[in-house]
Amino acid sequence: MKAENYIKLEFPSRSVNEALARAAAAAFAAQLDPTLDELGDIKTAVSEAVTNCIVHAYPDCIGKITLRLRIIDARRLEISVKDTGRGIEDVARAREPLFTTGGEERSGMGFTIMESFMDSVSVRSKPGRGTTVVMRRELSARAVK
Amino acid sequence: MKITAQYGAGRLTLRLAGELDHHSAREGMAAIERLLDEYMPRDAALDLSALTFMDSAGIALILRTERRMRRCGGRACILNPASQPLRVLDAAGIERLIPVRGGTQ
Repeated sequence: MKAENYIKLEFPSRSVNEALARAAAAAFAAQLDPTLDELGDIKTAVSEAVTNCIVHAYPDCIGKITLRLRIIDARRLEISVKDTGRGIEDVARAREPLFTTGGEERSGMGFTIMESFMDSVSVRSKPGRGTTVVMRRELSARAVK
Repeated sequence: MKITAQYGAGRLTLRLAGELDHHSAREGMAAIERLLDEYMPRDAALDLSALTFMDSAGIALILRTERRMRRCGGRACILNPASQPLRVLDAAGIERLIPVRGGTQ
Protein backbone atom coordinates (compact mmCIF):
# COMPACT_ATOMS: atom_id res chain seq x y z
CA MET A 1 0.00 0.00 0.00
CA LYS A 2 2.08 2.87 -1.30
CA ALA A 3 1.05 6.45 -0.60
CA GLU A 4 1.47 8.31 -3.85
CA ASN A 5 0.86 11.77 -2.55
CA TYR A 6 -0.08 13.26 0.81
CA ILE A 7 -0.63 16.44 2.79
CA LYS A 8 -0.59 17.23 6.48
CA LEU A 9 -2.31 20.29 7.84
CA GLU A 10 -2.25 21.39 11.47
CA PHE A 11 -4.50 24.09 12.87
CA PRO A 12 -6.09 25.26 16.15
CA SER A 13 -9.62 24.10 17.01
CA ARG A 14 -11.29 27.37 16.05
CA SER A 15 -14.59 26.98 14.22
CA VAL A 16 -13.49 29.39 11.50
CA ASN A 17 -11.04 26.65 10.40
CA GLU A 18 -13.85 24.19 9.50
CA ALA A 19 -14.20 25.82 6.07
CA LEU A 20 -10.42 25.90 5.61
CA ALA A 21 -10.09 22.17 6.41
CA ARG A 22 -12.76 21.04 3.93
CA ALA A 23 -11.48 23.41 1.22
CA ALA A 24 -7.95 22.03 1.66
CA ALA A 25 -9.26 18.46 1.48
CA ALA A 26 -11.21 19.25 -1.70
CA ALA A 27 -8.20 20.94 -3.30
CA PHE A 28 -6.02 17.90 -2.55
CA ALA A 29 -8.67 15.44 -3.80
CA ALA A 30 -9.09 17.41 -7.04
CA GLN A 31 -6.02 15.69 -8.53
CA LEU A 32 -8.07 12.44 -8.59
CA ASP A 33 -10.58 14.12 -10.92
CA PRO A 34 -13.55 13.38 -8.63
CA THR A 35 -17.18 13.94 -9.61
CA LEU A 36 -18.95 16.91 -8.01
CA ASP A 37 -20.86 14.51 -5.74
CA GLU A 38 -17.62 12.83 -4.64
CA LEU A 39 -16.03 16.20 -3.92
CA GLY A 40 -19.10 17.23 -1.91
CA ASP A 41 -18.98 13.96 0.06
CA ILE A 42 -15.29 14.48 0.93
CA LYS A 43 -15.89 18.06 2.06
CA THR A 44 -18.87 17.00 4.17
CA ALA A 45 -17.04 14.12 5.89
CA VAL A 46 -14.03 16.34 6.69
CA SER A 47 -16.31 19.07 8.00
CA GLU A 48 -18.06 16.59 10.33
CA ALA A 49 -14.83 15.11 11.68
CA VAL A 50 -13.21 18.51 12.27
CA THR A 51 -16.36 19.89 13.91
CA ASN A 52 -16.39 16.90 16.28
CA CYS A 53 -12.86 17.86 17.43
CA ILE A 54 -13.86 21.49 17.97
CA VAL A 55 -17.10 20.73 19.83
CA HIS A 56 -16.26 17.53 21.72
CA ALA A 57 -12.47 17.07 21.95
CA TYR A 58 -11.75 20.62 23.09
CA PRO A 59 -15.02 21.89 24.63
CA ASP A 60 -13.38 24.47 26.92
CA CYS A 61 -10.08 25.21 25.23
CA ILE A 62 -8.32 25.59 21.92
CA GLY A 63 -6.32 22.51 20.97
CA LYS A 64 -4.46 21.13 18.00
CA ILE A 65 -6.17 19.34 15.09
CA THR A 66 -4.14 17.44 12.49
CA LEU A 67 -5.71 16.70 9.12
CA ARG A 68 -3.90 14.25 6.86
CA LEU A 69 -4.87 13.11 3.39
CA ARG A 70 -3.15 10.61 1.20
CA ILE A 71 -3.75 8.91 -2.11
CA ILE A 72 -3.25 5.15 -2.22
CA ASP A 73 -3.26 2.96 -5.33
CA ALA A 74 -4.24 5.80 -7.66
CA ARG A 75 -7.98 5.95 -6.81
CA ARG A 76 -8.22 5.59 -3.05
CA LEU A 77 -8.27 8.55 -0.71
CA GLU A 78 -7.51 8.20 2.98
CA ILE A 79 -8.43 11.03 5.34
CA SER A 80 -7.28 11.16 8.93
CA VAL A 81 -8.45 13.72 11.52
CA LYS A 82 -6.61 13.64 14.82
CA ASP A 83 -6.93 15.55 18.07
CA THR A 84 -5.26 15.28 21.46
CA GLY A 85 -8.37 16.29 23.38
CA ARG A 86 -10.56 14.62 25.97
CA GLY A 87 -11.33 11.45 24.01
CA ILE A 88 -14.53 9.44 23.75
CA GLU A 89 -15.58 7.12 26.61
CA ASP A 90 -17.94 4.98 24.52
CA VAL A 91 -17.15 5.08 20.79
CA ALA A 92 -20.01 2.72 19.80
CA ARG A 93 -22.53 4.97 21.53
CA ALA A 94 -21.03 8.15 20.02
CA ARG A 95 -21.52 6.63 16.56
CA GLU A 96 -25.22 5.93 17.08
CA PRO A 97 -27.54 8.11 14.97
CA LEU A 98 -29.04 11.03 16.93
CA PHE A 99 -26.73 10.51 19.91
CA THR A 100 -25.11 13.78 20.94
CA THR A 101 -23.72 15.48 24.01
CA GLY A 102 -23.63 18.75 22.10
CA GLY A 103 -27.10 20.05 23.01
CA GLU A 104 -29.66 21.63 20.70
CA GLU A 105 -27.05 23.04 18.34
CA ARG A 106 -25.95 19.54 17.28
CA SER A 107 -28.02 16.93 15.46
CA GLY A 108 -26.15 13.78 16.47
CA MET A 109 -25.88 12.88 12.78
CA GLY A 110 -22.17 13.60 12.26
CA PHE A 111 -20.91 10.00 12.33
CA THR A 112 -23.95 8.77 10.37
CA ILE A 113 -23.14 11.23 7.60
CA MET A 114 -19.42 10.33 7.61
CA GLU A 115 -20.38 6.64 7.38
CA SER A 116 -22.82 7.13 4.53
CA PHE A 117 -20.40 9.27 2.49
CA MET A 118 -17.23 7.22 3.02
CA ASP A 119 -16.46 3.55 2.27
CA SER A 120 -15.11 3.06 5.79
CA VAL A 121 -14.78 5.08 8.99
CA SER A 122 -12.64 3.91 11.89
CA VAL A 123 -12.41 5.65 15.26
CA ARG A 124 -9.61 5.17 17.76
CA SER A 125 -9.97 7.02 21.03
CA LYS A 126 -8.48 7.08 24.50
CA PRO A 127 -10.17 9.11 27.21
CA GLY A 128 -7.87 11.95 28.18
CA ARG A 129 -5.52 11.29 25.27
CA GLY A 130 -7.45 12.10 22.13
CA THR A 131 -9.21 10.67 19.09
CA THR A 132 -8.21 9.74 15.55
CA VAL A 133 -10.83 9.23 12.85
CA VAL A 134 -9.64 7.53 9.64
CA MET A 135 -11.95 7.55 6.63
CA ARG A 136 -11.41 5.90 3.27
CA ARG A 137 -13.14 6.43 -0.05
CA GLU A 138 -12.44 4.94 -3.43
CA LEU A 139 -13.21 7.39 -6.19
CA SER A 140 -14.86 6.42 -9.44
CA ALA A 141 -12.60 5.68 -12.38
CA ARG A 142 -13.49 8.26 -15.00
CA ALA A 143 -12.73 8.14 -18.68
CA VAL A 144 -9.36 9.60 -19.60
CA LYS A 145 -9.92 12.95 -21.26
CA MET B 1 -23.97 32.32 5.24
CA LYS B 2 -26.51 35.01 4.34
CA ILE B 3 -30.23 34.80 5.12
CA THR B 4 -32.83 36.86 3.33
CA ALA B 5 -36.54 36.83 4.14
CA GLN B 6 -39.63 37.26 2.04
CA TYR B 7 -43.14 37.33 3.54
CA GLY B 8 -46.55 36.98 1.95
CA ALA B 9 -49.93 35.39 2.79
CA GLY B 10 -48.80 33.89 6.09
CA ARG B 11 -45.68 32.29 4.64
CA LEU B 12 -42.14 33.36 5.47
CA THR B 13 -39.55 32.19 2.96
CA LEU B 14 -36.03 32.17 4.36
CA ARG B 15 -33.39 31.99 1.65
CA LEU B 16 -30.08 30.62 2.91
CA ALA B 17 -27.05 31.41 0.75
CA GLY B 18 -23.41 30.36 1.11
CA GLU B 19 -22.06 27.70 3.48
CA LEU B 20 -23.88 26.36 6.55
CA ASP B 21 -21.59 24.63 9.04
CA HIS B 22 -21.11 24.62 12.81
CA HIS B 23 -19.24 27.94 12.54
CA SER B 24 -22.11 29.75 10.80
CA ALA B 25 -25.05 27.86 12.37
CA ARG B 26 -25.28 29.72 15.69
CA GLU B 27 -25.54 33.12 14.05
CA GLY B 28 -27.87 31.64 11.41
CA MET B 29 -30.24 30.19 14.02
CA ALA B 30 -30.33 33.47 15.94
CA ALA B 31 -31.19 35.32 12.72
CA ILE B 32 -33.96 32.82 11.89
CA GLU B 33 -35.44 33.11 15.39
CA ARG B 34 -35.45 36.91 15.11
CA LEU B 35 -37.25 36.70 11.76
CA LEU B 36 -39.82 34.20 13.10
CA ASP B 37 -40.46 36.52 16.07
CA GLU B 38 -40.87 39.47 13.75
CA TYR B 39 -43.23 37.93 11.18
CA MET B 40 -44.91 35.17 13.24
CA PRO B 41 -45.71 33.20 10.06
CA ARG B 42 -48.09 30.26 9.74
CA ASP B 43 -45.65 28.54 7.38
CA ALA B 44 -41.89 28.81 7.18
CA ALA B 45 -40.06 27.65 4.05
CA LEU B 46 -36.30 27.19 4.12
CA ASP B 47 -35.11 27.83 0.58
CA LEU B 48 -31.79 26.02 0.15
CA SER B 49 -31.30 26.63 -3.59
CA ALA B 50 -28.39 29.04 -3.00
CA LEU B 51 -26.78 27.01 -0.22
CA THR B 52 -23.49 25.75 -1.66
CA PHE B 53 -22.49 23.62 1.35
CA MET B 54 -24.25 22.16 4.38
CA ASP B 55 -23.22 19.58 6.98
CA SER B 56 -25.02 18.14 10.02
CA ALA B 57 -25.07 21.59 11.65
CA GLY B 58 -27.64 22.39 8.97
CA ILE B 59 -29.72 19.39 10.04
CA ALA B 60 -29.77 20.75 13.61
CA LEU B 61 -30.78 24.21 12.36
CA ILE B 62 -33.58 22.79 10.18
CA LEU B 63 -34.93 20.58 13.01
CA ARG B 64 -34.85 23.50 15.44
CA THR B 65 -36.77 25.68 13.00
CA GLU B 66 -39.32 22.90 12.45
CA ARG B 67 -39.78 22.36 16.21
CA ARG B 68 -40.17 26.05 16.79
CA MET B 69 -42.86 26.31 14.07
CA ARG B 70 -44.70 23.23 15.33
CA ARG B 71 -44.76 24.58 18.91
CA CYS B 72 -46.63 27.63 17.63
CA GLY B 73 -49.08 25.56 15.57
CA GLY B 74 -47.28 26.29 12.30
CA ARG B 75 -45.40 24.22 9.74
CA ALA B 76 -42.01 24.25 8.11
CA CYS B 77 -40.69 22.85 4.84
CA ILE B 78 -37.50 22.76 2.80
CA LEU B 79 -37.46 24.16 -0.74
CA ASN B 80 -35.20 23.35 -3.69
CA PRO B 81 -32.08 22.03 -1.96
CA ALA B 82 -28.97 22.19 -4.15
CA SER B 83 -27.15 18.93 -4.85
CA GLN B 84 -24.72 18.73 -1.88
CA PRO B 85 -27.26 19.79 0.79
CA LEU B 86 -29.73 17.29 -0.71
CA ARG B 87 -27.26 14.43 -0.22
CA VAL B 88 -26.85 15.42 3.44
CA LEU B 89 -30.64 15.69 3.92
CA ASP B 90 -31.07 12.23 2.37
CA ALA B 91 -28.30 10.69 4.51
CA ALA B 92 -29.98 12.07 7.63
CA GLY B 93 -33.42 10.82 6.53
CA ILE B 94 -34.87 14.30 7.03
CA GLU B 95 -37.93 13.67 4.85
CA ARG B 96 -39.46 11.61 7.64
CA LEU B 97 -39.57 14.78 9.74
CA ILE B 98 -40.04 17.71 7.38
CA PRO B 99 -41.28 17.91 3.78
CA VAL B 100 -38.67 18.57 1.08
CA ARG B 101 -40.01 20.19 -2.09
CA GLY B 102 -38.13 20.49 -5.33
CA GLY B 103 -34.41 19.90 -5.63
CA THR B 104 -31.78 20.86 -8.15
CA GLN B 105 -29.14 18.83 -9.85
